Amino acid sequence: MKFTKLTAIAVAASMLAGPTMAELVFPSLSYRTGPYGANGIPFADGYSDYFTLVNERDGGIGGEMTKVVECETAYNTEKGVECYESTKGMGSLVYQPLSTGMTYQLIPKVTADDIPMHTMGYGRTSAANGKVFSHVFNYPANYWNGASVAVNHVLDVNGGDIAGKKIALVYHNSAYGKEPIRTLEELAKKHNFELSLLAVDHPGQEQKSQWLQIRREKPDYVFMWGWGVMNQVAIQEAANIRFNMENFIGIWWSGSENDVIPAGDAANGYKALNMHAVGNDFPVFDDIQKYVVDAGKAAGAGDQVGTVLYNRGMYAAMLAVEAAKTAQGIHGTANITPAMMRDGMEALEMTADKMAGLGMAGFGPEFAVSCENHGGPGLSSVTQWDATAKSWSQISDFSPSDNDVIGKLIMEDSAAYAAENNIEEGCK
Amino acid sequence: MLYREAGDFKTSYAKDQQTFPILFDRWGYFIMLALAFIVGPMIINDYWLNAVVLPFLIYSIAALGLNILTGYCGQVSLGTGGFMAVGAYASYKLMTSFPDLNIAFVIILSGGVTALVGILFGLPSLRIKGFYLAVATLAAQFFLVWLFNKVPWFYNYSASGQISAPERTIFGYAISGANALPHISYLFCLTFVVILAWGARNLTRGANGRKWMAIRDMDIAAEIIGVNPLKTKLTAFAISSFYIGIAGALLFAVYLGAAEVGEAFGITKSFLVLFMIIIGGLGSIFGSFAGAAFMILMPVLLKNIFVGQMGWPTDLAAHMEFVIVGGLIMVFLILEPHGLAALWRTAKEKLRLWPFPH
Repeated sequence: MKFTKLTAIAVAASMLAGPTMAELVFPSLSYRTGPYGANGIPFADGYSDYFTLVNERDGGIGGEMTKVVECETAYNTEKGVECYESTKGMGSLVYQPLSTGMTYQLIPKVTADDIPMHTMGYGRTSAANGKVFSHVFNYPANYWNGASVAVNHVLDVNGGDIAGKKIALVYHNSAYGKEPIRTLEELAKKHNFELSLLAVDHPGQEQKSQWLQIRREKPDYVFMWGWGVMNQVAIQEAANIRFNMENFIGIWWSGSENDVIPAGDAANGYKALNMHAVGNDFPVFDDIQKYVVDAGKAAGAGDQVGTVLYNRGMYAAMLAVEAAKTAQGIHGTANITPAMMRDGMEALEMTADKMAGLGMAGFGPEFAVSCENHGGPGLSSVTQWDATAKSWSQISDFSPSDNDVIGKLIMEDSAAYAAENNIEEGCK
Repeated sequence: MLYREAGDFKTSYAKDQQTFPILFDRWGYFIMLALAFIVGPMIINDYWLNAVVLPFLIYSIAALGLNILTGYCGQVSLGTGGFMAVGAYASYKLMTSFPDLNIAFVIILSGGVTALVGILFGLPSLRIKGFYLAVATLAAQFFLVWLFNKVPWFYNYSASGQISAPERTIFGYAISGANALPHISYLFCLTFVVILAWGARNLTRGANGRKWMAIRDMDIAAEIIGVNPLKTKLTAFAISSFYIGIAGALLFAVYLGAAEVGEAFGITKSFLVLFMIIIGGLGSIFGSFAGAAFMILMPVLLKNIFVGQMGWPTDLAAHMEFVIVGGLIMVFLILEPHGLAALWRTAKEKLRLWPFPH
């Protein structure tokens, strides 16, 4: 019984092997199913479509065609292990797991296997210290930047003084949701605001008690670190208790169309952070329409183009492509290895000219990555939802975060990791 | 023909009571062990280990543990995920508090800690039975997950509440951490599986196992013939939790490397292990392995067929996986309500008479 199954798997696995080596392989550990599927789909589509665009329009990266290998994780860490192991032998250049739990799991593995990992706006924040986390990148912004930018936005609105104000954090009770707490606590000390923490358990469909507490405590602002269905429920609950949406600020993972549309008009005015531009008013979308969508090569159903999370997937893919180009430049070969890709990511520089050349002028902040700083400058903008137009609009520029507070925390946390795992700090 | 008792003479009580009364089975068992220990490490690679073999071995231990409690002693438990979390967090605390402690002892001690917690949550089983006990253990599941999320001491005050297994070695070879070699981790887990399975088999056919089964079959009758329900139920809870704790510790330290209690040890894990023993066969050691194999290998196999060979979109394949695995579970349970183990038993009965059935 067992043996027949094992042999059957052996046959299947051997047929799975044998990828063509001349392509640049970009694995996509996506989740199109499971409790977070609604958010995983647009990201995966955007990621995959951009590579299709690069193949169709530019003939690949530096003449090498790209290939996206998708593997379904359902946001489940055990499936993530399987996906990582099944794709790493294919010459995978960079991993983007889109899950903080999976990131934690993969950090030691990618380092041992010499494959870079890019966790854009999620994952382990202290990975910004490249001297400890040699293979992990989290540019252009991380959770702690997000927390700080949210506080800065509140400061702006209140003319620079929020002493005595009450801020509540509604967070997904997991590694992801807990990340900003330490930063917010430090900022609370610095700016003298009161912070209260409200945890919501996975998957977050039940939040009555948390919002009852908010109704009772009447915080001035509510921040949210939510994902998937938790966002929709939270926005609906906020609407039910008539919380002023202008004072409700979500992290970039709580700011997609999926999250606000279910609440209808009540969601009007809800704010969310973002590390890239929203909407589809960029020349690159014309190319995507022409080369990908009209050509029938769009990933998934092809109906996500221009949504927030689609843009994020596309932005992540664009950064990966630019890093690959940088790596090709450094090593003088078009057929790069994961180790070369790592060097390319560490030397990545995004300038305004570069983005304009890609038809994405102003799509993201300008930044440069270095060995000391894998996290970029931590710029983030605030966007606001307009329920009648059903669109997000950017209401602030990409603005900086409080790096005095964050830099210290990053050093502390990365030093703890280095001590726990006997890592010697240093540049490669 | 080959598979029969005839000609295999038992000349002592020990031989008469052995686990595999048929020569063919005995040989099969030793050959399988030899294959697993000698050929296994030679051919294993990262993908096989991490995608297929490790989860199978680890969940087999968990299924053995739950089978002792539910299959042999008749106490329904939905707290498996919570007890696995106890094992995982105990191993994390032990690994970080005593960096010099050998990983093998860490795993065994984690099992011990889980056994104590299991006894604690087993106490209500003396008063409540059946579905009500299931609800009580369900409470244990939610309470333990909440506890590990709530109290920062358990995750060493890390910012995210994640626990990550540091590198630990045995005889100079890394078992946990990123530099673990696949064949070493494999042998490490395999050794645990073999010893624990051997222990479970011998426990269940000895005095303890008979007491458990007496309680399962009718607790009042068992009490009348002199079985102490307190001791019997609590030993079942303790030993079952010991197994489950070891499974949790291995899952975290060797397989996942990093874990987050809500995601890795949630209620779905309890159901997964419960399904394993129901599909595999309640009250059967072989059933624990068969159930774990079915629940772990089937999705991977289907994924490789659909996505790897047929090139289906990943989401469609993932949905079809649910449909097919769910359908198969129903088919199996309709055809053989006592699980794969009963199917195996029937096959063996048939084989004994083959090729000349009556």
